[in-house]
Amino acid sequence: MKRLELNKLIDRGFTVLAFVSTIAGLAFLAILIIDVVSDGGGRLSWQFLSNFPSRMAEKAGILSALVGTVWIMGLTALFAVPLGIGAGIYLEEYGKKNPLTRLIEINIANLAGVPSIIYGLLGLGVFVRLMSLERSLLTGALTLSLLVLPIIIIATRESLRAIPYSIKEASFALGATQWQTISRQTLPAAMPGILTGVILALSRAIGETAPLITIGALTYIAFLPHSVFDPFTVLPIQIFNWVSRPQEAFATNAAAGIIVLLILTLMLNSIAIYLRHKYQKRIKW
Amino acid sequence: MTKREKQRFREGLIKGALFLCAFLSVFTTIGIIGVLLFETIEFFKEVSIVEFMTDTQWTPLFVDKHFGIMPLVAGTALVSFIAMCVAVPLGLLSAIYLSECANKKFRATVKPMLEILAGVPTVVYGYFALLFVTPVLQKIFPDLSGFNALSAGIVMGIMILPMVSSMSEDAMYAVPRALKDGAYALGATRFQVSMTVVVPAALSGIMSSFVLAASRAIGETMIVAIAAGQQPNLTLNPFVPVETITAYIVQVSLGDTPTGTIEYKTIFAAGMTLFLFTLALNMVSTWLRERFREEYT
Repeated sequence: MKRLELNKLIDRGFTVLAFVSTIAGLAFLAILIIDVVSDGGGRLSWQFLSNFPSRMAEKAGILSALVGTVWIMGLTALFAVPLGIGAGIYLEEYGKKNPLTRLIEINIANLAGVPSIIYGLLGLGVFVRLMSLERSLLTGALTLSLLVLPIIIIATRESLRAIPYSIKEASFALGATQWQTISRQTLPAAMPGILTGVILALSRAIGETAPLITIGALTYIAFLPHSVFDPFTVLPIQIFNWVSRPQEAFATNAAAGIIVLLILTLMLNSIAIYLRHKYQKRIKW
Repeated sequence: MTKREKQRFREGLIKGALFLCAFLSVFTTIGIIGVLLFETIEFFKEVSIVEFMTDTQWTPLFVDKHFGIMPLVAGTALVSFIAMCVAVPLGLLSAIYLSECANKKFRATVKPMLEILAGVPTVVYGYFALLFVTPVLQKIFPDLSGFNALSAGIVMGIMILPMVSSMSEDAMYAVPRALKDGAYALGATRFQVSMTVVVPAALSGIMSSFVLAASRAIGETMIVAIAAGQQPNLTLNPFVPVETITAYIVQVSLGDTPTGTIEYKTIFAAGMTLFLFTLALNMVSTWLRERFREEYT
């Protein structure tokens, strides 16, 4: 065989191998979804959504977990969104090129890489013990807020950076102050990008299990929380609890819970991807 | 107060409030280090640091207590190593395919789909590792235990795959067109261009993605807590149950451990160990990425 032909053959083989590797991840995702749906699809019913957990697998449902998840999401958004956007605005628009800002930037980059379970230990040490908030919704939401803050901050900064300087110059030229320029020009223009970041942050928070287990969220809750100081459980913890049991009937429940969780997560992710796509297409400065 | 003064006052107030938002992150870091340090020091008042580093057993929850972190570190390293064995080749190859071979449309479709892989909650991966991957592997290796490092590692590898492929792809995409064109003009095939031009030129960016993925792997909790077992064995055998640092923290958190006891303090000492490992890896990753940035700009 000639050298050239051999090279071509190697090249062909390599391309196929690279293609298969790319598809491998997606194939894995497909198998995962098929497996979960075939395991738990039959268990999904209105009753499953509206029942409390139970010792008997057939009667158990995810009501308290689902309500807990909604509470946690709402509270996390309430804390993390204004704080994250505020921090992003400061770092991008006000505090450029001063050493303190540089310190905060490095710090945020490092925080983004801290494992989520460490945030759980932080929550346990500060919110549960120091502030005596116990294992409440408030503790859970505060812990998750700190966890997702870097995501929102980074998204805010990137969207603000993409706004052309001429927009700001025009606003300043008309006599607007810095805050007027930000609140009426820059921020609205950057909003789709920021929103994408917020949704991604929430979809991260919805699936987090480890930090909430670490702060001591309960795995068995047969009532609904009435205030932010009540104990709670969330969907991923309920799933974890069911997976940990040896009986097969509970594994089926876990699979059904996973279907609900995946639908919620994928829905949030698709909204974020759609927004990003639409935004990228429409606005050309 | 004139209108202008009022306005200036308001501007200053807003700036201050925004600064506080940004500064909160510093408090978060102080909080993390403070909590970990405080409880770890309390821990070392009762257990010598030599025992912590050299003892080969970790049994704080038993009557005969041993506090050697080594079995947990070994378990963490083993699972992460298996994950990297999956994520590095697959991630690198798919990055090469996406940046060098695929057409625009394929790239635009597949990249967001790979991102979904990263967005799947980890408890879902844990379920899949325990109840799908392990039974399948048991057909190939009959002596595989029901809880094992192998299946947890493989599934974790898939979880960190999008991180490796997307960051490596970004690095390869940034390699100047002229470098590749030069090689193609000399008659190199796509394989030769990828291996001898693109990968070497993007190497520090690629390495940075590997290190960051490794850092994610050692901090990952739910997959190992569900599928790898909760037995701190000092072993490199992927077929038997192991316990990682993160899985141990979960194990203690699920039980009713009263605050102030030595069992309670162990999770902070273990957490401190984990924090230091990930911090070191993240710093190496950032350093590699910064170095790469200097090369072509």
